[in-house]
Amino acid sequence: MNPLALIGRTFIDFLSVVGRLARFAIRGVRHCFLPPFYFRQTLKQFLDIGYYSLPVVGLTTLFTGMVLALQSHTGFSRFDAESAIPTVVVLSITRELGPVMGGLMVAGRIGASIAAELGTMRVTEQIDALSTLSTNPFKYLIAPRLIAGTLMLPILVLIGDIIGVFGGFLVCVYDLQFNAANYISQTWQYLENRDVTSGLWKAAVFGFIITLMGCYHGFNSKGGAQGVGKATTNAVVSASILILVTNYLLTGLFFAGK
Amino acid sequence: MTSVPKIELSGLTKSFDDKHVLRGIDLSIGKGESVVIIGGSGTGKSVTLKCILGLLDVDGGTVKIDGQNVTNLRGGALDAHQAKFGMLFQGSALFDSLPVWSNVAFKLIQSPHISAKEAKKRAIETLASVGLAPDVADIYPAELSGGMQKRVALARAIASRPEIIFFDEPTTGLDPIMADIINELIVKCVREVGATAVSITHDMTSARKISDRIAMLYDGRIIWQGRKDEIDHSGNPYVEQFIHGRAEGPIKMQVRKM
Repeated sequence: MNPLALIGRTFIDFLSVVGRLARFAIRGVRHCFLPPFYFRQTLKQFLDIGYYSLPVVGLTTLFTGMVLALQSHTGFSRFDAESAIPTVVVLSITRELGPVMGGLMVAGRIGASIAAELGTMRVTEQIDALSTLSTNPFKYLIAPRLIAGTLMLPILVLIGDIIGVFGGFLVCVYDLQFNAANYISQTWQYLENRDVTSGLWKAAVFGFIITLMGCYHGFNSKGGAQGVGKATTNAVVSASILILVTNYLLTGLFFAGK
Repeated sequence: MTSVPKIELSGLTKSFDDKHVLRGIDLSIGKGESVVIIGGSGTGKSVTLKCILGLLDVDGGTVKIDGQNVTNLRGGALDAHQAKFGMLFQGSALFDSLPVWSNVAFKLIQSPHISAKEAKKRAIETLASVGLAPDVADIYPAELSGGMQKRVALARAIASRPEIIFFDEPTTGLDPIMADIINELIVKCVREVGATAVSITHDMTSARKISDRIAMLYDGRIIWQGRKDEIDHSGNPYVEQFIHGRAEGPIKMQVRKM
C-alpha cells in the first residue's frame, strides 16, 4: 500500500473510533438520567467498584506515601529541609498520586472485569437477550457502571489520600525519628481545600473514563474468547493512557497561572 | 391471503462492509403460523431474525408487523416493538449471574407492580410447563446441562406470553432425544401461547416437526417456500440437495463467516 494512503487510513480509523466512542458515551450518560432506573444493579456496582476496590487502593496509596517520605527525606536532608517533608507528602498525595495511582489500580481491577463481563455477555448473546426481554442494555448494564464509577472513585481516593498521608507519617515517625505531633501539624499547615478537591474532581473524571472504557470495549467485543481477551486488554490500556493524559490536562486547567 | 400478515418482509437487504448477507428477502407470515427458515450456515438466517427484532438496522426494504412499518425504529418505539417478541437463542443466552427463576421471570421482576414472591411463583409455573421441577428454580444456569438450559431459555421466551416467538437453532448441540423433547415443547408452547413462531434451523427433523410452512434461504434470498409436506417434491435442486444433505449439488459452501 502507498504510505500516504496508509497514514490517511490510520487517521480516518482513529477519527471513526473517537466518533463511535463519543456517541457511546453520550448515549450512556443520557440513560443515567432517564427512567427506568435499575437501583439494584447500581447498588451492586457501588459495592463492586467502591467497596471491593478499597484494599487495592489503600495498599497502593499506603506504600506510595511511605516511599515518598523516604525519597524526599533523601533529597531534603542534603540541604537541611526535612521539615518540608510532611508538606511534600500531603500535597503530592492529594493532588497527584492519590487520584492517579488509585485510578490506575482501579483501571486494572474494574476496567478489566467490566470488559470481560460485558464481552462475554455480548458473545453469548446475553446482551441481545436483554433487548428481547424489554430491558434496554444501556440502562441495565452501562448506566449503573458509569454512575458507580464516577461517584465511587472520589470516595475511594479520599480514603486513599488519608491512608497515603498516614504511610508517610509512619515512615517519618518510626523510621526517621520525626516528632509525631509536629509531623501532623506540619501536614495541615500548608494544605488548602483546593489541593484535596482538585484531586477528587480528577478521581471522578478517572472513574468515568475507567467504566466508559470497560463498557465500550466489552459491549462492542466480537469473535469469542479471543475477542473478549482483546476487549479486556484494550479497556485497561486505553483507560490507563487516558487517565495519564487527562491528568495532565486537568492539572493544567485547575492550577493555571499558579 | 385476505388478512394482514403478522410479519411481512419485503426486499430486505443488509450488508456488512462489502459482504452482502441479505440480498432482498420477501416473506410473509400469517398470524399464529409457524414458519421454519432453513439454510446452510452463513446464509443470513440469524441476521434476518435480528433485522426483524431491530437488533440490527437494515440497509434497504421494509419490515412490517401487523401491517405497520417497523423498519429501523429508535428509542421508545423500538422498546415497544421488541416487547412483542420472545426469543430462544442458540446458546440459550441465560444470564449466568441470576438463578434460574430470575431468568425466567426477568421481565416480571423489572415491573414495579409485581412482588418478588409473585414473580417466583409465576416462574415456577412456567418452568412446570416446560417439564422442569420447582427445585430447578434456585440453581444457577451454569449448573444445568445444555438441554436443561434450553428448556429454561424456552420458559423465559414464553414467560411473558409474547405475540411472536423466534427460535434460533433450537436443537443444535442436543442429543436426538433431547432435541425431540425440545421440538415437542416448542410445538406445545407455541400452541398454548397462541403465538406466531419463526424458527431458523438446519436440522430437517426439527423443521418438519415444528413448522406449518418452510422457507429456504440461500445466498441472501428466499429461494423456495411451501407447506412442509411439499418440501419432498419441491423440484428445486437447492432444496433437494439441502434436505437430503448431499455434498454434491448446486449449493456452494460458504467459506467465510457472515
